[in-house]
Amino acid sequence: MESSSSKKKKVVAISSGGGHWVQLNRLRPAFDDCDLTFATVKESYRDEIEGANFTVIPDSNRSNKFKLLKSAVGILLTLLKIRPDVVISTGAAPGYFAVRIGKLLGAKTIWVDSIANAEVLSLSGQKAGKHVDLWLTQWPHLAKKGGPEYVGNVL
Amino acid sequence: MIFITVGTDSPFNRMIKIIDHWAKENNREDIFAQIGDTDWSPSYIKYSKFLDPAEFAEKLSQADYIVSHAGMGTILTALKWQKPILVFPRRASLGEQRNEHQLATANKLLSMEKINVAFEADELKTKLNNLSSLQSKGNIGEYASPSLISCIQNFINPSDKSKGK
Repeated sequence: MESSSSKKKKVVAISSGGGHWVQLNRLRPAFDDCDLTFATVKESYRDEIEGANFTVIPDSNRSNKFKLLKSAVGILLTLLKIRPDVVISTGAAPGYFAVRIGKLLGAKTIWVDSIANAEVLSLSGQKAGKHVDLWLTQWPHLAKKGGPEYVGNVL
Repeated sequence: MIFITVGTDSPFNRMIKIIDHWAKENNREDIFAQIGDTDWSPSYIKYSKFLDPAEFAEKLSQADYIVSHAGMGTILTALKWQKPILVFPRRASLGEQRNEHQLATANKLLSMEKINVAFEADELKTKLNNLSSLQSKGNIGEYASPSLISCIQNFINPSDKSKGK
């Protein structure tokens, strides 16, 4: 066990609600040795996580530009406050902002494309993928040279 | 109890209408549906627009069978709890979602023998009639596959070997 929490990597795990959130939570053991903050769009999800920090960010989707902007600003402020070493997301729009902004702030970034995209990568994943340090798909047939990689899924 | 859910994104009245009609025909009182934000409401089955996570968990734990859109949140939760689930994919061709990803995902998960699927309205009715023969397709445990977990773990802490200094 690490004795000092200051040595633990600061990880922000971020997603929108519903399936993206359920998938993000299924990755939890990967953050066992980390100083973990979950960031998502619903206050009601707070009760589902124990032993990690929790913060709410404004929700957004591609159909509303104002909400997108509000969400991006909320994510920027959250990341400036936490200054994470790693940002990881399962999607969708908030995750895209988080990995782009996280990268600019010097964090390592991970994109785990949603398992709900069995035929083509998610739109946010296609956009985010090129910019992240670790780009993963959950379907072997979607993996390709130059990314994304397949190493397993949330099942 | 049969728990019906359409998820949090958008309503799925086509599915709820079929089930509401089926329930009325068969005098099924043991159905509860989460129907999303819609002006239309079912005439026979009990419903609520949304459930908070605690309520959702309660309904799911009480349910003998789950019928839902092909949303991964519901599918993963049903598999984790080993509940039999029948999935009815939304169709982009009917304006029910942006692209056919629910259809694609349902097909893939069906071929992996993880879920039961009804693709068409008639098939949904037939499978509702035979719901008691529906089996849970497996137990996926609490977390993602170990290979995915360890890949992320190693990426976050690549110097794990030198840990403890």
